[in-house]
Amino acid sequence: MSDPPHEQLEAFLQRVPYIRFLGMRAELSGDEMTAVLPFADHLVGNFQLPALHGGVIGAFLEMTALAQLSVTQGSAKIHKTIDVTIEYLRPGRALTTYARADLRKVGRRVANVHVEAWQEARDQPIAFLRGHFLLSGGS
Amino acid sequence: MSVDPEFIRLAAEAMVTIAPQGRALGFRLVSSEPGRGSIEVPWREDLVGNPDTGVIAGGVVTSLLDHTCGMAILSAAKEFIATATLDLRIDYMRAAAPRAGVTAMAHCYKLTRSIAFVRAEAWDVDPSDLIATAQGAFVINRLTDAAGR
Repeated sequence: MSDPPHEQLEAFLQRVPYIRFLGMRAELSGDEMTAVLPFADHLVGNFQLPALHGGVIGAFLEMTALAQLSVTQGSAKIHKTIDVTIEYLRPGRALTTYARADLRKVGRRVANVHVEAWQEARDQPIAFLRGHFLLSGGS
Repeated sequence: MSVDPEFIRLAAEAMVTIAPQGRALGFRLVSSEPGRGSIEVPWREDLVGNPDTGVIAGGVVTSLLDHTCGMAILSAAKEFIATATLDLRIDYMRAAAPRAGVTAMAHCYKLTRSIAFVRAEAWDVDPSDLIATAQGAFVINRLTDAAGR
């Protein structure tokens, strides 16, 4: 049985070299996608704690937004990031990180997306991202 | 209190080599002076965000900007400190050129006892033609505070 959203997501994850560099995966339950970032040494910013690099957490959140958009929009094209604001609540520890994106508004040209990342407990988020994305097909 | 140029140099070199993420991305020190720092990341096939164009991923630019901000703070602090990002806002004005590396320059324009405020910008070829700008606030953990406790 073909499953278009699953195929859309897999195609997106396979197409982007940087997603493989991060080691990011994603799972789809119905229309709800959970992005997964297994811990890896090359993602560390502070080796003493150790803690994930703030930039890695931001990048993972941004890729989660783009992956969710590709699933929802059903387009193989990669949408363009206009701006992101990342808020850091807790250090990213040497653990698997999860993220879910919430498409707050998908307009004709621009989407507003909120993303939340957590590790051991969903109610203890480590970071949030709010961003605007220019939808491919728009200009 | 003037800043020891040797401290700035050592701190800058440490910043680009000490973080595993910086080594994985291939960060290179461009320059460092009190309150400012610049790092570049050369283009690499596995860092591409859009395989249709060969443009470097936005996530690489995010790590680069965040890290360059940290270097600017360290060079402003006149002592070894640990920084943690509170928030970071990034505007992406345009995509980088295909197969182009990216250079970032950050300026820590205000440093209090516990917080640093930083602006940064990134370009691919021409510093006057930016691909992204960033504004961030960072928490400072001073080693002297820890020792005093």
